[in-house]
Amino acid sequence: MQTKAEQIEQDLLRPLFHSSGKYWIAVALATSLLLAGVAAFCYQLYNGIGVWGINSPVFWAFDITNFVFWIGISHAGTLISAILRLTNATWRRPITRCAEAITVFSVLIGAIIPLCHIGRPWLAFWMIPYPNQRHIWPNFRSPLAWDFFAISTYLTGSTTFLYLPTIPDFAAVRDAATGFRKKIYGVLSLGWQGTPRQWQRLETAMHIMAVVIVPVAVSVHTIVSWDFAMTPVPMWHSSIFGPYFVAGAIFSGIAALILAMALLRKLLHLEEYLRPIHFENLGKLLLTMSLLWFYFTFAERLTTWYGNSPPEMAVFWESIRKQFAPLFWTMVVCNFIIPVPILAIKRLRTITGTAIASATVVVGMWLERFLIVVPALERKFLSYSWGTYRPTWVEDVLMASSFGMMALLYLLFSKFVPMISIWEMKVGLHAHGGVPVVAAPDGAVLDVAE
Amino acid sequence: MNALYGLYVDAPGAQRAVDALRAASSELKFNTRQIVVVSGEPHEGYEFTDSHATSSPYRWAVLGATIGGTTGYLLTTLSQKSYPLFTGGMSLTPAWTNGIIIYEMIMLGAILTTLVVLLIGAGLPNFKGVITDPEIGKGKILVGVVDPPQNSQAELERRLRLAGAAQVKQSTGT
Repeated sequence: MQTKAEQIEQDLLRPLFHSSGKYWIAVALATSLLLAGVAAFCYQLYNGIGVWGINSPVFWAFDITNFVFWIGISHAGTLISAILRLTNATWRRPITRCAEAITVFSVLIGAIIPLCHIGRPWLAFWMIPYPNQRHIWPNFRSPLAWDFFAISTYLTGSTTFLYLPTIPDFAAVRDAATGFRKKIYGVLSLGWQGTPRQWQRLETAMHIMAVVIVPVAVSVHTIVSWDFAMTPVPMWHSSIFGPYFVAGAIFSGIAALILAMALLRKLLHLEEYLRPIHFENLGKLLLTMSLLWFYFTFAERLTTWYGNSPPEMAVFWESIRKQFAPLFWTMVVCNFIIPVPILAIKRLRTITGTAIASATVVVGMWLERFLIVVPALERKFLSYSWGTYRPTWVEDVLMASSFGMMALLYLLFSKFVPMISIWEMKVGLHAHGGVPVVAAPDGAVLDVAE
Repeated sequence: MNALYGLYVDAPGAQRAVDALRAASSELKFNTRQIVVVSGEPHEGYEFTDSHATSSPYRWAVLGATIGGTTGYLLTTLSQKSYPLFTGGMSLTPAWTNGIIIYEMIMLGAILTTLVVLLIGAGLPNFKGVITDPEIGKGKILVGVVDPPQNSQAELERRLRLAGAAQVKQSTGT
């Protein structure tokens, strides 16, 4: 007879030692996308930033769209995980690590995008504030300098928030592994033993981190919104942008989390752990955020329409009726029309249903970021500076490769780290009395023995 | 690291073992600090684990936040005064925008301090060798004595079994 604790450890360590063919196909696809992006980036480095479609007056386009999108996706993990930890939501246990990993990788990708945009990435260290011969100091009044501090703090916090609860699981892998792998995990686990003192310190640290990381996550996306809101550009200079961006970030983050969980469930055979109830609960959160997104979008557009300021109305009509109308209405369909019925009707709020709704939300939220950036820049206050923007293949490939990079990092992470926290699942077991289960030879739970 | 330990199926059993070892420490001539407990997950609500609870990491986090905030304040104001930009008559050291940098530095200070305090408090990294057993991964709790006195090992083993140990083992550490 196998105990439940033993079964949890066996199930969750299995993906680290054995991978399916589907997994390697997914890795190959993601790698191909990433390599295409690397090639496009090398082409851009050789020829200069002029290979992008950006030009006066649209100097920000796909790159800043991707930047805001990925920073938004990062809200999946740390924020959701921290809130669920602080509220002691017991259903969080199988999903926290999936979520936290999304945060770290998407912030990383988000941080890489400005490096591509500056054209000469080898000069990025100019952003770092230190005394230098050039007498160059960051302008602390600039939202771009705020970004540097906010994203650095968020990346540090999110990485710490991901790593700390992983230490005991690295120790579990160390104890289960042999040879070189044992040595690697021995280093990663920092010599973790599992004494009561270590557990106490870890849980206290996680509690502090959860308290700290929530305001950091909110500040990061608020500051990203201020990149726009501090600028006198029609429809950007708005006080609603802070909460609007934070809500949008959480919205897209939850959608990304659901998609990642659905993918991992199939690829790593985690059906016993990522259950329909997790998708249903996250689906309810996604529904709430969809309604909130609609509220913010409506409030923002209504205020603009009622104000009837000619420069703002030029952008307003451009996005709703003119050249960007197909994208705008696709966004509304993807973020509201499709997900709300799926998520509101219990019968449709299944794993497949929530995954479909999430996929549309991810598309819709990327479009939303694009529609915030480009129409406003094309129609600034003075009509002599109006212009148009069309992305080039380089930007398309770089955008696609950011998704490839995310997928690859996530898949590789799942190969080296248990995607569900083993020790937290065991803690959850105490709540159910730690009763032993009878397991079938293939590891499926057949019955609970009293 | 040499240790003699018993494996217990649940936390109450581990608590009984810890109590029994403490009671026997003077008789069997070992220090209570040599008692080791290892588990694959935290067990709240038991004396052997709750006795390690402390609020000091919170205080350290506040201190770290204060240091971070002070650093942020000095970084912004000193650099703005040392390398003044033309501000058109507006404040050279604006509190509103500097406040954002200071806020992020407060948070960064708290995060880094929490990390350092955890590592120090938990004795990490520790590459001297750990006492572990494959049964811990299966949910058992290890309770034993590190470097037990040679002449009292048999009695120690008896006490561990009396407390309800499913198995008693000797380890040389890994």
